Amino acid sequence: MGRLRETPSQTAGPYVHIGAVPTFAGLKGVYPEDLGSGPMYEEGVKGERITIKGHIFDGSGTPLLDGVVEAWQADADGIYNSPLEPRGPSDPKFRGWGRSATMGTDGVFTFETIKPGRVPWHDGRMQAPHIALWIVARGINIGLHTRMYFPEELDANANDPLLSRIEQKVRRETLLAEEKNGVYLFDIHLQGNDETVFLDV
Amino acid sequence: MMRNYNDVHPFIPRDLDLHPPSYAPGYKTSVLRSPRLSLVSFTNSLTEATGPVFGHDLLGPNDHDLTVNYAEPGESAIGERIIVHGYVTDAHGKGVPGALLEVWQANSGGRYRHIRDGYLAPLDPNFGGCGRVITDENGYYWYRTVRPGAYPWPNRANDWRPAHIHFSVFGSGFAQRLISQLYFEGDPMIGLCPIVGTLPDPEAADLLTARLDMDNTIPFDARAYRFDIVLRGRRSTPFENKLEGN
Repeated sequence: MGRLRETPSQTAGPYVHIGAVPTFAGLKGVYPEDLGSGPMYEEGVKGERITIKGHIFDGSGTPLLDGVVEAWQADADGIYNSPLEPRGPSDPKFRGWGRSATMGTDGVFTFETIKPGRVPWHDGRMQAPHIALWIVARGINIGLHTRMYFPEELDANANDPLLSRIEQKVRRETLLAEEKNGVYLFDIHLQGNDETVFLDV
Repeated sequence: MMRNYNDVHPFIPRDLDLHPPSYAPGYKTSVLRSPRLSLVSFTNSLTEATGPVFGHDLLGPNDHDLTVNYAEPGESAIGERIIVHGYVTDAHGKGVPGALLEVWQANSGGRYRHIRDGYLAPLDPNFGGCGRVITDENGYYWYRTVRPGAYPWPNRANDWRPAHIHFSVFGSGFAQRLISQLYFEGDPMIGLCPIVGTLPDPEAADLLTARLDMDNTIPFDARAYRFDIVLRGRRSTPFENKLEGN
């Protein structure tokens, strides 16, 4: 085969905030602003503006204060802001990618974004609206991929090819956000009874 | 010809035997932070096969030079000056252009500029500890920094991290996202480190070790270390006639 071996992963360590969100970490003046910070859209974006908030809990139920979460999602029409996107240009007012530290004393991460449209599965079926998330922190040896789905999308979720692959209903529900006063709450549990479904992408 | 989503090739499954397992009790923090249930596998959709791309216009003039990007004008960071350089390729050996590489590290004394780092070694007023570069059209990158120091950390009673530089890479798809660490050839601390010890494959630590590269040393300025990074490869379609690759 002659294939090269992928560079192996190592933990992001306790100081990933220096590398990923240095201004937030107090290392001011290196970059004008932290990459991926602020709303994922500009004025005039198409679609419903939403806020996502969540925690990452360890196996003792303690929220991580040293984590970083990245979000990747399609625009309101289900188009990705990527040069590989074959279906046409995405909304120029929408970035598609965001990065948030788990912050403060309670370890909340936040994304100001829009609700994504539907994206095809590899066999052409349509997936339910979803946001891909990637999580790194001290003690996480390889970045964890998961997805957030929307609780109001009952039909789309019931027919989503990835959600359908998860046999256990309780596990499937770990990928559903909870909507409260216009904010989507999505807590991630690294282990324990509520362990979030993580994906081998 | 109209392109459709099937033309965005999914990634070859990750060789999880090469990467550290989530639960690695020698590295104690992993005990409470490791998923215990199986990952759910599937073939990439557009969600995983696409990813954000960052333009060279993102970069400031000193983003690639950690010796000066936090320093007072006319000053530079204290320590052994080094260049780190190499290629970012995919698993088929093809260079990955436009890959964003973000790096962060301790100073030459082994101290991070972070509120939670209380190691006795002094902070260097002219060293911040982060930088970034984007690979060129061939997948090549280089940056300048000082060689970081080893430092003690709370794990077992007497654990010290080998000198290392953390790095994060974006390729062309979100499934390629990678964070890892670069170690330095000849460092006796590598074999003693529980975080290096999370790697199950003896070859894995070798893949993370930068080589002293005297051919590219800049005389009276900086020694060079060569460090190539390999990202996951994509599957190709059977009718593609390629001269190289899979």
